[in-house]
Amino acid sequence: MRADAVERVENGSVVLLLLAAWLVPGSGHLWLGRRTKGWTILVALTAMFALGLFLQGRLFPFESSQPLVFLAAAANLAVGIPYLAAWVFGWGQGQVASVTYEYANAFLIVAGLLNMLVALDVYDTAVGRK
Amino acid sequence: MTSHFLLMLLFAFFVALVFAVLMKDQPRDQVRFGAIVFGGFLLSALVLGWLMYPFPF
Repeated sequence: MRADAVERVENGSVVLLLLAAWLVPGSGHLWLGRRTKGWTILVALTAMFALGLFLQGRLFPFESSQPLVFLAAAANLAVGIPYLAAWVFGWGQGQVASVTYEYANAFLIVAGLLNMLVALDVYDTAVGRK
Repeated sequence: MTSHFLLMLLFAFFVALVFAVLMKDQPRDQVRFGAIVFGGFLLSALVLGWLMYPFPF
């Protein structure tokens, strides 16, 4: 781990770092001084999520009676602010009849899942495991 | 933008990019690892596509 990253984590807290990493994809790496990684993740995950919306994918609701739908909703939420923005503006209603619907859902869900991996990587880096 | 193959390439590109950035630190290693992951996606999709070709559904 870089010396500057250690210093930055000590000044803030790991919880805040993880919260930032979840809310804005790539921000955790940017906080730790890993700019190239941070910007790459920010652009890639935001683009994946935007493509999913553009291709008429659906942001799944939190329905506990349907476990797979619930998990898909959790994966959607994991992308952070892009999800919240889409929810506020009413995007992501999804068009089941669209030929790109399933691919769009894959983009939306995987963007969130990748952001979970990114947050874990940020945690490992912050505690000195990487 | 309705080509499934193009969408699969885009999906593979983004996933390979993020995996490469997370798993490797040096740019040369990132490019190499990303290319392997992307190629793996592409090859798997083509092989599975051909294997499923005879299926009637």
